Amino acid sequence: MSKKESTFLNMALSLIVITLVAGFSLGFVNNLTLAPKAEAKLAKKVNALKAVLPEFDNDLVSEVVRIKTTVAKDSVEVYPAFKSGKFVGAAVIGASEKGFSGLVKIMVGFKPDGSIQNIVVLEQKETPGLGTKMKEEKFLGQFRDKNPSDYNLKVSKDGGEVDALTGATISSRAFTEAAQSAYDEYMKIKDSLTKSNN
Amino acid sequence: MANTIDQKQNFLKGIVKENPIFVMLLGMCPTLGVTSSAFNGFGMGVATLFVLLMSNTVVSLVKSQIPSKVRIPAFIIIIASFVTIVEMVLEAFIPFLYEQLGIFIPLIVVNCLILGRAEAFASKNDLKSSVLDALGMGLGFVLALTVLGITREILGNGSIFDYKFVSEDANTFILFILPPGAFIALAYLSILFNKLTAKTA
Repeated sequence: MSKKESTFLNMALSLIVITLVAGFSLGFVNNLTLAPKAEAKLAKKVNALKAVLPEFDNDLVSEVVRIKTTVAKDSVEVYPAFKSGKFVGAAVIGASEKGFSGLVKIMVGFKPDGSIQNIVVLEQKETPGLGTKMKEEKFLGQFRDKNPSDYNLKVSKDGGEVDALTGATISSRAFTEAAQSAYDEYMKIKDSLTKSNN
Repeated sequence: MANTIDQKQNFLKGIVKENPIFVMLLGMCPTLGVTSSAFNGFGMGVATLFVLLMSNTVVSLVKSQIPSKVRIPAFIIIIASFVTIVEMVLEAFIPFLYEQLGIFIPLIVVNCLILGRAEAFASKNDLKSSVLDALGMGLGFVLALTVLGITREILGNGSIFDYKFVSEDANTFILFILPPGAFIALAYLSILFNKLTAKTA
């Protein structure tokens, strides 16, 4: 077997060919997976919306309201829900960077009076078996029908009313912070949402 | 190049005699990082197996065309391309696993095991041997990660592949699903593995 000699021309040519082939094949695969990727994301969002909101009949995904905030890096997404023209609530995405391993992103569904309809965890990288239990009914159930105006959204260790997850106080804190931020955003724009009735 | 390699031995060595995790201690980053549950360990193992198989195949095919002075950058480009493909495919079709593995998918690029096999084996051997080598090493990696994941999940969470066999409030060795538990479990499993294989050797 004869190896190619390491002349300048040989080296440059072989690297160019390899990078070209790699680039084209990556572009090809990217094109193939673009649609399924977007679909998977959308399906996840729609499922989350259905889980946190009361019954609605408007096209939520296209009616999203994005609000620029100073707190979060991204703009906050708010999904107002209507049923036969009547405002029935809104889903707000809340996030906190203070999780045990970074970002915790949740979607909170609010009723028109500001109480929580339901919460779904969108993104988290918490410790499996500890922080990941925030996705379970046992933890999420305690927020249902609570109104953050008279329900202290903090873990009991910090003087609030939320039962933290065993061994995952930091994850629970991040979760409550995300919920609080969603509530704050919701209260700020609630009036403009109900007025923009279609 | 005379084909003197015993192909059966070539395949089996990755699983037992030169097991990448328990004997050679290669690729420790994903090993310690993602094996907090059996499913995660298995998923990571399979993703790595795929990249290893593809990179060994391609490296073996193009080895005579790559000047030896630029072989490492050439191998890295090949490996990185396959890793990116795996990442895109996982995100599109298995989003659940993609989220679980997170940063460890792009990190497959720097897994010593893959570049190690490309450099030490595939760049010197024919296609058939390289494919078998990748399959053996890859399966050894999958097995080791799954065993490690199972051990940690049983001790730390009282479950196997998310099937819980203790009550919800039972006290488990939480330590084992936290990072220090990875080192402890890996050490004891390595001792056990080497003890068992030493007798047969």
